[in-house]
Amino acid sequence: MMTTRAQTFRIVVAKPGLDGHDRGVKIVARALRDAGMEVIYTGLHQTPEEIVETALQEDADVIGVSILSGAHMTVFPKIFGLLRERGADDIVVIAGGVIQVEDIPKLHEMGVSAVYDAEQPLQVLVGAVTRHATERRARLGLV
Amino acid sequence: MNERERIAADRGTWENEDVAAFARRRPERRERFQTFSGESMERLYTPADVEMDYARDLGFPGRYPFTRGPYPTMYRAQPWTMRQIAGFGTAADTNERFRFLIAQGQTGISVDFDMPTLMGYDSDDPRSEGEVGREGVAIDTLDDLDELFRGIELDKISVSMTINPTAWILLAMYVALAQERGIPLDRLAGTVQNDIIKEYVAQKEWIYPPRPAMRIVRDSILYSTKHMPHYNPVNVSGYHIREAGSTAAQEVAFTLAAGKAYVEEVIAAGGSVDEFAPRLSFFFVSQIDFLEEVAKFRAARRVWARTMKEKYGAQKAESTRLRFHCQTAGASCTAREPLNNIVRTTIEALAAVLGGAQSLHTNGYDEALSIPSETAMKIALRTQQIILEESGVAGTIDALAGSYAVEVLTNRIEQRVNEYFEQIDERGGTIACVEQGWLQQEIADAAFDLARKKDNHEFEFVGVTKYRDENGKMPALDLQSINPAWERNQIERLHRTKAERDQSAVASALERLVRAAGDERENLMPYTIDAVKARVTGGEIVNALVPLFGRYKELAIF
Repeated sequence: MMTTRAQTFRIVVAKPGLDGHDRGVKIVARALRDAGMEVIYTGLHQTPEEIVETALQEDADVIGVSILSGAHMTVFPKIFGLLRERGADDIVVIAGGVIQVEDIPKLHEMGVSAVYDAEQPLQVLVGAVTRHATERRARLGLV
Repeated sequence: MNERERIAADRGTWENEDVAAFARRRPERRERFQTFSGESMERLYTPADVEMDYARDLGFPGRYPFTRGPYPTMYRAQPWTMRQIAGFGTAADTNERFRFLIAQGQTGISVDFDMPTLMGYDSDDPRSEGEVGREGVAIDTLDDLDELFRGIELDKISVSMTINPTAWILLAMYVALAQERGIPLDRLAGTVQNDIIKEYVAQKEWIYPPRPAMRIVRDSILYSTKHMPHYNPVNVSGYHIREAGSTAAQEVAFTLAAGKAYVEEVIAAGGSVDEFAPRLSFFFVSQIDFLEEVAKFRAARRVWARTMKEKYGAQKAESTRLRFHCQTAGASCTAREPLNNIVRTTIEALAAVLGGAQSLHTNGYDEALSIPSETAMKIALRTQQIILEESGVAGTIDALAGSYAVEVLTNRIEQRVNEYFEQIDERGGTIACVEQGWLQQEIADAAFDLARKKDNHEFEFVGVTKYRDENGKMPALDLQSINPAWERNQIERLHRTKAERDQSAVASALERLVRAAGDERENLMPYTIDAVKARVTGGEIVNALVPLFGRYKELAIF
């Protein structure tokens, strides 16, 4: 039982802000679930506080944040600030949506592990989530 | 043997002999051809495939069942309205873009609001941070709307406002602005989207739960019908349903199901169908599958006409006539090789025109990257102008009628829509289906199916899934820049208005509004108009009604 539990990655997929574009996030959530992960979808209109709280309560390996409204440069610093405050900055954060190319390096600098858009195949996204989650558990000595 | 049977027999021979022999030497590219909605596309359509009675199913433009178009002369007399949506920053920033578009020959105005305005938060609300003026223009008070239309004559140009849960507030501001400018309400032409049902289903902008939200829509329809005879108080929208990943048939079915719910709501409040139904208008996407889209528009007109006549007993032909705005598909635009989007948009715009749209927005090539730049909007507008002035397709009405393929696709969409109507009725009607999350689930399933087909290369996207150029350079585009000062400027404007207004007038207007809201028989519109004239903000109006109406909490299904 323990091994099954440990190998099942837990992913919180979240929609911050007022943005209602949830087609992509739902497709991603389903693809991750089909790949055998535990997926917790927050629903829309989450504040950074709510997202971080959900991630902690759900013991998440990864937070996937989908944002198409252009507010990413406001939202991500808040999420990272809160994760640090709560001592949870080991959780992997992945961004998806419409992110301007010039913002991608800035997001990486903040701590975002990967940035995705709708033009990449789902297998690539699933593979990356698996890799980052595996590496996180290895870093923390969880098997 | 009649003619159709003879053709069917000949077709069998042709398949068995010519096609079979030819295909042995040159196999077809795919085992199964399908439309973008996953419906099968046969090799060939002949008269044997088309079940059609001309008088019953097609008829004439401007006549029931309107399959061939809502007006007798269509674009020969009145070209579709070229209506590019625009909105960013403060009212003054967007006003400048409107004047640019009008100078380029645009014939209608369409306003895109920012997320806080759409969701009922003032610009200084903590929830609005980072979103003010980003995806549209910020409107907090009547002063902002006045600035938005500075120098624009509202009795001369029609204005469309894409706004939903707060639609009644913006409609109230529009009425108040006309009154302050001395324009009689019967001179106002335009549309407010005001389609709350598809918000729960697809676009996901909401404040209150469905039942009180429906009452607000009812009030705005009743007010507009009485005072604004040339205004469309609701624009029932399939665009967002399709953009959320639905099929073409779902787009039509769920949109018309919402239309049916509004009709029933107004009838239940004592409205007569022939009084308000002629003012209902619709909004569809034009996606990339050219033939399927043309068929979709034709089928939508026919199903709506039949529904209004047969189910609701509409007597006037205008009550059964579906008119629609159209927008090319944002979801079809790619971030890679963005100039290819000009070609996609052209194909989609052509389908909208051959499908008989009354107005059209063509997307900018930068749609997948940011809000549109001026350059992108100009090419998008020119695309429509080239179709109208150069392509020749606007010279005859419903030019693709009688195409065996188009008629088969039209019939099939109508059939699918009717099947959905039955399922929705069995589940207790449109609102019940929204509350159960059933429509949302149907769309999510279709969206996932499409994503899977994209990954499997059942559908190819040029430059993305096929012919992908990994070394290609992004063209140097002049993208619309986001000015960080917009948010600050707007908050300053808002605080100025709030400081200058008569605070006791604000309090009493809000008090009267809340009292009216508590009485189901009252119409909220006159109270809201009084409130916005007193410079009550959108956010204040929304918040005042929350204790009574509650806030909607979605079913987060995927």
